[in-house]
Amino acid sequence: MTTAVRPAAAPRSEARRASSGRAGRRSLATTVIGVVLTAIMLFPIYWMINVSLTPTAQMRQSPPSWFPAAPTLDGYRAVVADQLPYLGTSLLVGIGTVVVTIALAAPAAYSLAKLRPRGGGALSFVLLVAQMIPQVIMAMGFYAIYLNLGILDEWWGLVIADSTLAVPFGVLIFTAFMRGIPDELMSAAKLDGAGAWRTFISIVLPVSRNSAVTVGLFAFLWAWSDFVFSSTLNSGGDAQTITLGIYRYIGNNNQEWNSIMATAVVASIPATVLLVVAQRYVAAGVTAGAVKD
Amino acid sequence: MSTDTMERREAVSPAGTGGTPAPAGPTRRRRPDTGQLAAWAFLAPVVAYLAVFYVWPLVRNVDLSTHDYTVRSFIDGNAPFIGFENFADVFTSPTFGPALINTLLFTGISIAFQFSIGMALAVFFFQRFPLSATLRALFLVPWLLPLIVSASTWSWMLNSESGVVNSVIRTLGGDQVNWLTSPQWALTSVIIANIWIGIPFNLVILYSGLQNISGDIYEAAALDGANAWQVFWRITFPLLRPVSAITILLGLVYTLKVFDIIWIMTRGGPGDASTTFAIWSYQLGFGSTLPSFGPAAAVGNLLIVMALVCGFVYLRVQRKQDQS
Repeated sequence: MTTAVRPAAAPRSEARRASSGRAGRRSLATTVIGVVLTAIMLFPIYWMINVSLTPTAQMRQSPPSWFPAAPTLDGYRAVVADQLPYLGTSLLVGIGTVVVTIALAAPAAYSLAKLRPRGGGALSFVLLVAQMIPQVIMAMGFYAIYLNLGILDEWWGLVIADSTLAVPFGVLIFTAFMRGIPDELMSAAKLDGAGAWRTFISIVLPVSRNSAVTVGLFAFLWAWSDFVFSSTLNSGGDAQTITLGIYRYIGNNNQEWNSIMATAVVASIPATVLLVVAQRYVAAGVTAGAVKD
Repeated sequence: MSTDTMERREAVSPAGTGGTPAPAGPTRRRRPDTGQLAAWAFLAPVVAYLAVFYVWPLVRNVDLSTHDYTVRSFIDGNAPFIGFENFADVFTSPTFGPALINTLLFTGISIAFQFSIGMALAVFFFQRFPLSATLRALFLVPWLLPLIVSASTWSWMLNSESGVVNSVIRTLGGDQVNWLTSPQWALTSVIIANIWIGIPFNLVILYSGLQNISGDIYEAAALDGANAWQVFWRITFPLLRPVSAITILLGLVYTLKVFDIIWIMTRGGPGDASTTFAIWSYQLGFGSTLPSFGPAAAVGNLLIVMALVCGFVYLRVQRKQDQS
């Protein structure tokens, strides 16, 4: 999942396309096909929303109704009644993960991109490999360690575990961006007597804020979506995440699918926001390197 | 990246040769030692972090796989070393065969479909037509959703009695399919859901690959009177081969890891019907009230080896491409 964002950061050259002298009617037909394909692809999401609005009595009717003819908000009432604490925990864990990820990844990336540490290449390699380790295995190791330390079921323990999903990705994204910061910008700061730390805080970080938003959004989304760490490291405590909330819903009340799907809809909100917001920021992160003053 | 190669060479040489004077740089004073110190000071947090939160859990995992661990031994710290016994147990387990085959089928079939559908869609969206950018963005939604959301939605859609899929099949005159509860369909069901989730990833990478193919080639092909089919097989596909290799290898690494979807939809069942290595490892470690951490870690280590083999092939291919 992680690396797939990189190509999106590649400079877009929409202009380069197969030459087409096609008539408008042809492109309209293509648009219609495109809309149909998108509708097929997004059908499960439509169905999730449809089911979330279906009254329990009609849930098992056959054939199922294709539109929420008599929509009910019972499912969403159940979310408000049952799931708010879970949503709160996920929000807290997500924000915690964002903070940890950026605090660790940004300085490291600055060093890798601009300070040329000896052995930096090896470290980048280790970070790439780290992304390939299956999460289930990390969970097992974390479980053994947390059990010994007695920190199972702590929300901040989950923050640490979740951040392992995002830190390598964060370093790679930040490094790619910071390489593009002109060296003149930094030698100017050096002439003014700024050390590496001052340069980092007052020049590199502000210039990199768009990539920070990108890294932050993905770190949040992964922490928000995490199920493996939640279910292994944090399944017994008071503060459980929304993914566990849904999971318990599925296990406990098998009949209330409108509540389950309503929770799923609510849990999808961050992803939707990310899609709307990050599209802009991923592109902005690429072009924002330009020096204005 | 290439713009600072000059700069880099300049910076590297004094460090490499120890105390020799830095090459002429009128305004820049370089003191390699303090420079390296600062560079590593910025890296120190991440290095410590990697050591504590990656290396330690992994070492712990290897440790688990070579000892006879029970819940009790976590408390009294008493787990006898048993060498490769856990691995032997795993290899001789009746679950090993099915899990291996399921892992290979799940990974192979998922990637074959994700890649070909992703490729077709990338080529389709590469045409210029109104709304293409918006529709392409919408295609990303399945990829961004929490896996538990996608998995539970698919569970309900594939439900035997009340699912919309069976409803359509019945309308068309077919028989009800027990997607999630029959041994012959469970693996197919989780593969379908996984393909759906993976299409956007393939679409995004292949689309960006298309953007890097020079438009001149297509113009030349158009002048020569090539049709769309010829253009795809003679130009697009060969030129996309490097990007395709990367996409497929990354797909391998990520598909081997898939856990959430299968666990939520079928829990690896019925029986072993949809149990992959990732599922098996979790089942052994966390799935029952009597966990067997040793074998779980052993399965996990096998999975790591498989993932890393694919990972290293990926890195090799990528490096080769960067060089050429």
